Amino acid sequence: MDIVVFTLAEQLILTLAALMLFTSFLLLAQTRLLTLIHIFALQGGLLCVTTLVIAFTYGRHHLLISAALTLGLKVFFIPILLQRLVARLDIKREVEVVGNPTLIMLGAAALVLFSYYAVLPIRELSMLATRNTIAISLAIILLGMLLIISRRKAVVQVVGFMCMENGLLFAAVAATQGMPMVVEMGVALDVLVAAILFGIFFFQIRTEFGSLDVDKLNRLKEVD
Amino acid sequence: MYLHLAHLGVLLALLSAVAPLPVRHVNVGVRLAFTLLGLSGLTSAYAGGVGMLSGASLHVVLPIGLPWLHSHQHLDPLAGLFLLLVGGVSAVVSLYGPSYVISSGTDSASARALAIFTGLFVAGMYLVILAADAFSFMVAWELMSVASYFLVAHDHAQKKNTDAAFLYLLMAQAGGLFILLGFGVLAGIGDGFTFSAMQSASLAPHWEHIAFGLAFIGFGMKAGIVPLHVWLPQAHPAAPSHISALMSGVMLKVAVYGFIRFCYDLVGTLHWQWGMIVLLVGCASALLGVLYALMQHDLKQLLAYSSIENIGIIFMGLGLSFLFASSGVPTLAALGLLAALYHCINHALFKSLLFLGAGAVIQQSGRHDLNHMGGLLRLMPITGGCFLVGCISISALPPFNGFVSEWLIFQTALQGAELESGVIKSLVAVAAAALALTGALVAACFVKVFGIAFLGKARTEDMLRSHEVSAGMKWSQALLALGCLLLGIFPTFIVKSMQTIPIALLGSGLDSMGANTWLRLTPISIRASSYGAPMVLFGICIAWLGAYILLHPRRRKTKVRFSPAWDCGFGPLGPRTQYTDSSFSQPIRRIFRPVWHIDERVEPPTPEARGGRYILHIGDWAWDKLYVPLGRVIQRSAKIASKIQGGNIRIYLAYSFFTIIVMLWIVT
Amino acid sequence: MNAWILALVQTTLLLLLAPLLSGWVKWVKCKLQSRRGPVPWQPYRDLAKLMRKEMVLAEHASPIFRATPYIVLSVTALASSVVPAFAIGLPTAAIADVIVMVGFFALARFFLSLAGMDIGTAFGGMGASREVTISSLAEPAMLLSIFTLSMTFDSTNLDSMVHFTLTQPFHIYPSFIFSGLSLLLIATAECGRIPIDNPATHLELTMMHEALILEYSGRHLALLELASMLKMLIFGVLITNLFVPWGIALAPGVASLAIGTLSMLVKLMLIGVVLAVSESVLAKMRLFRAPEFLSLAFVLSLLGMLSHVILEVH
Repeated sequence: MDIVVFTLAEQLILTLAALMLFTSFLLLAQTRLLTLIHIFALQGGLLCVTTLVIAFTYGRHHLLISAALTLGLKVFFIPILLQRLVARLDIKREVEVVGNPTLIMLGAAALVLFSYYAVLPIRELSMLATRNTIAISLAIILLGMLLIISRRKAVVQVVGFMCMENGLLFAAVAATQGMPMVVEMGVALDVLVAAILFGIFFFQIRTEFGSLDVDKLNRLKEVD
Repeated sequence: MYLHLAHLGVLLALLSAVAPLPVRHVNVGVRLAFTLLGLSGLTSAYAGGVGMLSGASLHVVLPIGLPWLHSHQHLDPLAGLFLLLVGGVSAVVSLYGPSYVISSGTDSASARALAIFTGLFVAGMYLVILAADAFSFMVAWELMSVASYFLVAHDHAQKKNTDAAFLYLLMAQAGGLFILLGFGVLAGIGDGFTFSAMQSASLAPHWEHIAFGLAFIGFGMKAGIVPLHVWLPQAHPAAPSHISALMSGVMLKVAVYGFIRFCYDLVGTLHWQWGMIVLLVGCASALLGVLYALMQHDLKQLLAYSSIENIGIIFMGLGLSFLFASSGVPTLAALGLLAALYHCINHALFKSLLFLGAGAVIQQSGRHDLNHMGGLLRLMPITGGCFLVGCISISALPPFNGFVSEWLIFQTALQGAELESGVIKSLVAVAAAALALTGALVAACFVKVFGIAFLGKARTEDMLRSHEVSAGMKWSQALLALGCLLLGIFPTFIVKSMQTIPIALLGSGLDSMGANTWLRLTPISIRASSYGAPMVLFGICIAWLGAYILLHPRRRKTKVRFSPAWDCGFGPLGPRTQYTDSSFSQPIRRIFRPVWHIDERVEPPTPEARGGRYILHIGDWAWDKLYVPLGRVIQRSAKIASKIQGGNIRIYLAYSFFTIIVMLWIVT
Repeated sequence: MNAWILALVQTTLLLLLAPLLSGWVKWVKCKLQSRRGPVPWQPYRDLAKLMRKEMVLAEHASPIFRATPYIVLSVTALASSVVPAFAIGLPTAAIADVIVMVGFFALARFFLSLAGMDIGTAFGGMGASREVTISSLAEPAMLLSIFTLSMTFDSTNLDSMVHFTLTQPFHIYPSFIFSGLSLLLIATAECGRIPIDNPATHLELTMMHEALILEYSGRHLALLELASMLKMLIFGVLITNLFVPWGIALAPGVASLAIGTLSMLVKLMLIGVVLAVSESVLAKMRLFRAPEFLSLAFVLSLLGMLSHVILEVH
């Protein structure tokens, strides 16, 4: 089915999916910590808007609660928490990228193509208009993982982890129109707890190693 | 009948090889050789053109060759096109040759050698195209390679020329071996060595893949795809300029001919995996070729790398054609093939033009480094004008011919939306973007070449003693430039004439060609895309005329005053403050840094060089990472193997003794 | 015959409007920056002044130097006859599709760079070197955006593209959003606006386009200035009519042509305001930051293509 047979709302969802993918690319290209956090907040905002659109289009009103949760957590609470962390830990604002930035961007594009290829069999099963977004969600998850691998600072790795979770939630919302409420609340709680634990651990790591550079964690190796 | 005409062409070429031998006076012998070569070129071109237009396939068996395999010869549309190409360019080069060779002051022995091997080289190329069985093909192929080896090593006083020739011979032999194995697969599984036997043979898919791989490596080595290209930038500059024109313009196309013949005709079925491989390798060759060309300061080496880039573009067209053929869309496969063939013709024309111009410049000024040139347009206006046409054509700018073939390849890539797989669609789109990058970089490269060599002020005194070249050299360049223009303005005529080739090879031509008039090229449909080349030229002329008439000084009564250059008021600055070749390409060098092996350093001032010294050396990664280690492995294994050669006579006798024992044991 | 006259009218109209767009952008910029600037029709006066002035040529200028202004203007004028401005269905649209238009601009740029190198000064060489580098980096993004668009339109012919959007019901295509953004970024690079090149500067080390035309004076300079203004107009018309074509005349008729012209003027005014705002907000980037800007454009066009393949087609 080409996009022309979809309704306007469905086209809007597809557009939002593409914009979320764009924010993932922006995250990979960014070197400044605060801008990273802001883009992450933007991604959460887009996710919230998508949830709202799906809630109204398909009449799943429990998704409104999910949207509210996303807004509260992903757009406000966690970014503010991370910002406070950055300020208190007084870490450098510039994050260096491991490896050639151009190669990473090209690798990201290749990952998108790969995730499209990987979900081709699944696409055949769903009859919904938004089944194409499964590929985008998988791509966002993989790009989040790429972000984790390609940066040194621990704060960025939190952001990457959260992005992966964004991608998962997007898949749940767009492709299957939400998960059972219990699961969603559980996931939201998990994310909250993870964020708080990260914050606590960062202080410990910082005290122990004097910096938040995760490569320094190799000193934990037992074998030389 | 036209096949016999083609054979006459071959005979004339062979005659041009031997004719100057009995002649006593050097110049007369040279002129005679080139005249015969020119006649052979015209004959073959005519035969090829008619063969292509007729659409029929002629076949003859000559009673020479092996006793059980007489030499089969054919002339079908594909062979006709390439025969036209080879013949046409050789004819033009033979117009250039006499004055070039005579004024370069070669002595009689080397002039005779040059004549012999040029004749053999051209005859070899004709025979490769006309061959219809594997044996004749390989013999002609070897003739072509070995004759060109001697041509590359012509100026053997300089060591770098002999090194380049040796590398060329080595790689030509290696490539020839792969081609031979490829033919072997086809002949072994099939019925025999003739092409018709190979066509009718049906192979299992994995044998087809193996044959394709061997042919791709073998023909690719001769065509100059990355990473098998390392011989090109060394061999082409070493040869005399008209030979470089033949090698770059024509010999590389003969390799492309071999590849097309092998895949489309002999194997028959085209697989999408081959298409992806050919497309990606073509893409890489195009990009790397132009990036390396940008960094060269030796004019002929730059043109050699640029040939690698154009071969990459041709292979991209072929790759797209394979993809469409395997998806079952023969009209689009035909489009891809036509685009690639059109680019073959275009490249033959403008590359030969550029090499002939470069030869004129190098001969007149005695310098071959761009950093020593400048201001030549004033001293050599005709050469400069034709060279400009060559630069515009190779940069794929309307209304010249290079633009038409690149436009056709873009149109083919765009139809990638017809393919089913989304992954392949995306890769085709990215490959098209890479082609766009290549095109823009080529324009950058040739702005650099023309701007530094012909414009500005002379950077060394040697430039000032250049003057315009003789009539033959001028006319040959002008003819090629005219060809570039005509092929750019009348693309519909050319595409229509070439239709017979995809009809013969793929079974279909372009549907929409009926809708085309001479005014407009619409390869897919009028709605999809159209290019009205004659109108473009007309429009530019009208607009130019309009602007000129409205604004010409006689009507406006404003004067023109001549004065020294303003240059922001900096005062008397000499030619040394002009941009040099390395400064022009510096932004690109900095942006694409990992592509080359750059060794750049600045040395502090010394008594001899009071301003200090800036040294820049650009190396080829393929050479350092691939060939040098390969060479070391070969040397090491040779050393290990040489342990057999103990030198001790008793050991040798022991070898014979043991061999006898083993053979007796086997026999019983 | 009627249609050809209409095409001629279009070319002349665009040629005459080009300085007005340039003046309009400058006027809006000045208003935004609380400055008192020149009136929007000042460029006309500047061009007239240049035409009257004496022309000074360097002694060793070659024929290429003297011919370049005419070539550049003719090619740009030809491009302006091809772009769908106030009507579609003109015969000139069949001469060239969008890829040929890119080729036209490349031809103009080629000759301009040669003219820069002709006199043999360091500024000319520098301008030429930078110009060809930036344009090489802009090409892949531009072509990939055009490809993405033509994958939806199934054509590269500009008329067919506009016709498609006008005759289909309204859809939101994610690939169009990305391609449109990418084309906007590319257009600023091609036309030499901030943040790639500052059209108002004459400092030696910060200019690209200005460095190429440094040695020109009098009527040659007038022709080149007009050509660059026309190029900006063409890009503006192209982008607005590809993405927001409503208002354009589908068939020649006095009423529809009037509406078409009016809608084109309104759209150009709006895009002029957008350009003025972006030029006031952004600063010119140093030369080796430009590749980052252009790779952003490339990522956008790549995303556009990927969204088309993944989201829009079965």
